Amino acid sequence: MFKKSAILLVLVTIIYACSSSEEIESGVSDNFDRGAMLTHLVDNIIVPSFQDFSSKMTDLKSAGETFTSSPNQINLDALRASWYIAYKEYQHVEMFNIGKAEELQYKFYMNIYPLSVTDVETNISNGSYDLDNVNYQDAQGFPVLDYLLYGVAATDEDILKKYTTDTNATGYKKYITDVLNQMEGLTTEVLNDWTTSYRTEFVNSTDNTATSALNKFLNDYIEFYEKNLRANKFGIPAGVFSSTTLPEKVEAFYRKDISKDLALEALDAFENLFLGNYKGSSIANKSSFQQYLQALDRQDLVSSITNQLAVSKTQIEKLNANFFEQVNTDNTQMTMAYDELQKLVVFLKLDMASALNISIIFVDSDGD
Amino acid sequence: MTNKDIHYLIKQTNAAPLVVFRLFFGLMMLMSIVRFWLNGWIETLYLEPNFHFSYYGFSWVKPLGNYTYLLFIVCALSAFFVAIGYKYRIAIITFFLSFTYIELMDKTTYLNHYYFISILSFLMIFLPANAQFSVDAFIKKKQYQNIPKWTIDSIKLLLGIVYFYAGLAKLNSDWLLRAMPLKIWLPSKYDIPFIGNNLMQQDWFHYTMSYGGLLYDLMIPFLLLFKKTRTYAFVLVVFFHVFTRILFPIGMFPFIMIISTLIFFEDNFHQKIIKFIKKHLLKDNSSDFDHQKSESKISLKSIKNYTFSKSKKQLIYPILGLFLLLQILFPFRNLLYPGELFWTEEGYRFSWRVMLMEKAGYSNFKIVDAKTKAFFYVNNDDFLTLYQEKQMSFQPDFILEYAHYLGDHFKNQGHENVQVFVDSYVALNGRMSTVFIDPKVNLYQKRESFKHKDWIVPFSSKIKIKGI
Repeated sequence: MFKKSAILLVLVTIIYACSSSEEIESGVSDNFDRGAMLTHLVDNIIVPSFQDFSSKMTDLKSAGETFTSSPNQINLDALRASWYIAYKEYQHVEMFNIGKAEELQYKFYMNIYPLSVTDVETNISNGSYDLDNVNYQDAQGFPVLDYLLYGVAATDEDILKKYTTDTNATGYKKYITDVLNQMEGLTTEVLNDWTTSYRTEFVNSTDNTATSALNKFLNDYIEFYEKNLRANKFGIPAGVFSSTTLPEKVEAFYRKDISKDLALEALDAFENLFLGNYKGSSIANKSSFQQYLQALDRQDLVSSITNQLAVSKTQIEKLNANFFEQVNTDNTQMTMAYDELQKLVVFLKLDMASALNISIIFVDSDGD
Repeated sequence: MTNKDIHYLIKQTNAAPLVVFRLFFGLMMLMSIVRFWLNGWIETLYLEPNFHFSYYGFSWVKPLGNYTYLLFIVCALSAFFVAIGYKYRIAIITFFLSFTYIELMDKTTYLNHYYFISILSFLMIFLPANAQFSVDAFIKKKQYQNIPKWTIDSIKLLLGIVYFYAGLAKLNSDWLLRAMPLKIWLPSKYDIPFIGNNLMQQDWFHYTMSYGGLLYDLMIPFLLLFKKTRTYAFVLVVFFHVFTRILFPIGMFPFIMIISTLIFFEDNFHQKIIKFIKKHLLKDNSSDFDHQKSESKISLKSIKNYTFSKSKKQLIYPILGLFLLLQILFPFRNLLYPGELFWTEEGYRFSWRVMLMEKAGYSNFKIVDAKTKAFFYVNNDDFLTLYQEKQMSFQPDFILEYAHYLGDHFKNQGHENVQVFVDSYVALNGRMSTVFIDPKVNLYQKRESFKHKDWIVPFSSKIKIKGI
């Protein structure tokens, strides 16, 4: 009986498989090529973005060297300008928390805010510290430069004194140098991995499994939106998750007037990736989540997402360039921006994840 | 009771199908428990969460800390004793209680087949599944050749209900006219070898699978009943379950169903299995126990018919009669509720509705001070595991229970005039997500009950769901 059944089963399977393989040639409804999508993303968006950022990072590092060798107002201004350019560029790579970046916890060494000023000052006065230590993730990256270039003293004159006449001027200069070396080193490492080995692995990992690059990439992408963009830049300072507002938790707290710029830059980066564009410019035969959803006949969802992005952007543009100011004077506008951003989370985590049937939460248990 | 009924109840049949069923059922359960343990699910599902979702009326059933392991050991041991038929009655009662307790600890893990195991093991308490080929028979030195026919039929009926009702539930417009949710699920299996990138992507294949699944569920109990079609039916059973096992993460369920349907086969088939096991497994095995058993087989006194005593009949007939009637009626209780069943899920569980929905939710809770109107949002990660959050987000009873938990939590933290609101969205079978729970309703004031939850925003999609 069992033998008979087994033979029958095998036969049925074979017949089934054979008869179906002839059907393949005729009508394929979804021929969405996931490998091509990943290839487009890596070659036309991810790697160029990292290259752009890496070159800005190199500029920033050399501006830092110029400043630390001769700390004066001109070099301070130059360093500040370079920092701002690099910080904006960085918003375009933060979401690629995959491969080497994930392994190194890249984004946690680059942009954790609010900064721990205590840790920074202790490190500087001790003179010895290990920036690779996870405990010092909030004592380095862009936020520490924000502090050291704008917040370490009240006036530019006093700031410059920290690097010239202060008893520990050497310590302050060394910290700038060390932080910049760390940032540049990590960036180079991540970029090199993309251009050497990781690219191939990435574009070929299209399975629908918890560990495939495709699924992880989508997860990272949504997490970037939900945590790094929606919560960190808007929700937390606006007091959405706490009983009081927390304006001191805005991005670039010491420089103050660029928090909106950085947020819009991140939103652009997010939107560009969804559309398959590179910094606003469309590319022939582009392929990204937009095209993926269209292939699944979900233009309705694509429209909802792009509309909501536009609405969010309009609301953000109404805000003060300085979010610290905005939260303190009129937090309602800030929470309104948050609410618009929040609506998109529903489309992403719920509708998009469901349409692609890529689970946002990988649960290791049975279903029925 | 008419004569015919009585005649049916005293009808005897060979005991082999039931004892083989007992053996396989016990072994499968033992394997399931061991697998569950090895996968680390005792920790991730029962020990790590700070909060557990309870079934209405069963909030007293909670994981027992480190004693939860003991509970699983008890469950596994009783499954083993059921398999070998040792102290069968106590073993199956222990199994039923421990397994059901495990399932009641947190409804996040609800699966239809866990429920099936619970009711099946309840039924088995009353069946003489140790009549032969069991340690009990060996110890008592007597075995029964025949048992009342209804005992085997009751298991067939239960299996038949599972399949047939699962089929009835598929008679709805989403399944039949939109091939949902298979249209979403199958294309996402593009990484399956050979068929992933072609067959799985075809529209006609999604419909074929939908209709195939429907016909399978509705017809398989009958195909298994008739001798002529039985072998083909079983091949279908194997094919269907193996295929779904490849496609979906459904654990042990397919194997349990495959093995269970063997009960539909004639007794000579099961006698062959018993003979095979006795010959190849028990003889070759040199362990003391098995050795003794096969040696002393000769001295076993064989009694022709197993009959229930009069007092047992008075107890068992009404209990099982009521139980089976309940099994037939209970899945239709959704008819007592207004609104779309797939949306509200009022009467969805315990009714063999499987694989019917691709449903996901997003629920964001807001804690408000009623007086000052100050509010903040809750980070679900702080309280729930990802799995719990996922399950909570689209099921109203979960949302309500969690809202109360949050309300109590923040009240105890010293917050005053606590109100709990939720921004909740749900997407169902490829429709755009829409608001799920009335965001203006303070859930902290709503109580759980069997009544309709009027704070669920009615299903509003233009694409309606019509069906049973």
